[in-house]
Amino acid sequence: MASEPADGRARPVPTAIKILIAGGFGVGKTTLVGAVSEILPLHTEEVLTSESMVSDDLSGVEGKTTTTVTMDFGRITFGDNVVLYLFGTPGQDRFWFLWDELALGALGAVVLADTRRLADCFPSIDYFERRETPFIVAVNCFYGEQPFEADAVRNALALDPNVPLVMCDVRDRKSGREVLIALIEHVRSLRLARL
Amino acid sequence: MRADGERPESHDWLDDDAGPLVRSFALTGGRAKPGAATFDLLSHVTAAPFAVQRSTIHLQPEHRAILARARDPVSVAELASHLGYGLGVVRVLLADLLEAGAITKVDAPSDHLPDDDVLQAVIHGLRTS
Repeated sequence: MASEPADGRARPVPTAIKILIAGGFGVGKTTLVGAVSEILPLHTEEVLTSESMVSDDLSGVEGKTTTTVTMDFGRITFGDNVVLYLFGTPGQDRFWFLWDELALGALGAVVLADTRRLADCFPSIDYFERRETPFIVAVNCFYGEQPFEADAVRNALALDPNVPLVMCDVRDRKSGREVLIALIEHVRSLRLARL
Repeated sequence: MRADGERPESHDWLDDDAGPLVRSFALTGGRAKPGAATFDLLSHVTAAPFAVQRSTIHLQPEHRAILARARDPVSVAELASHLGYGLGVVRVLLADLLEAGAITKVDAPSDHLPDDDVLQAVIHGLRTS
């Protein structure tokens, strides 16, 4: 019986923790998710109809009634009962409305930044500030090089002094996991500050 | 191809981009929205014992594929990804199964984040695994 568990009982539902990986197009979100995930990055597709894109400018594509948004995600399990899910946010600005579902119930977010195109991460920072979602900024050091000091990047982003900024290499599993640790520690310190 | 060059059975709404549209339609009987139930990306579903025999609806192969993947709790996002149907379609199929009593659903609480001991365990796991 295909749907019947071997012992008649299913495992308990794990505690799911959601972390978002945001940032501009091509900054390395998918690479980071892939580097830290225990499974190959998965994709879910949201097929959008024109009904859900009312605010979109459809001029020139009037004949097209559906479009597909792909969201990457990865998973890390801890023991039997805790699962960390990482969701890469859709890169295109016109899919902002999908972010609201992604951000719902999220523990926090990592905003990836590339110092060659720093402005690309402004919308993500604005979004999480407005929503009051805890976030950190992770500066991707392509090929291990970063010509700017952390403080210079922080100033350029006009970042709140309480928001951590870390350097990372998104291709490196250990570096990527350090980024996640920095975010979770940030969430913990925000909680302690509220007590 | 006919002599006048027009494709037979040509429809304005069936162009090359219509793949997902047709697939959704075929799998869900044209329904684009699930019933009353909501399925968050991280809602977990589990097949009920003897789900296939006890189901009160006729199960399509896609329903059965979901049940086969849900012997242990599985998130909606993972189901959609493994089955490749797209989130919207999976949500409609899951709503069918829930209504038929073939699955149970547990939502991730959106207003309650994990306790500090869970976060500490995750940090420890990230450092050591």
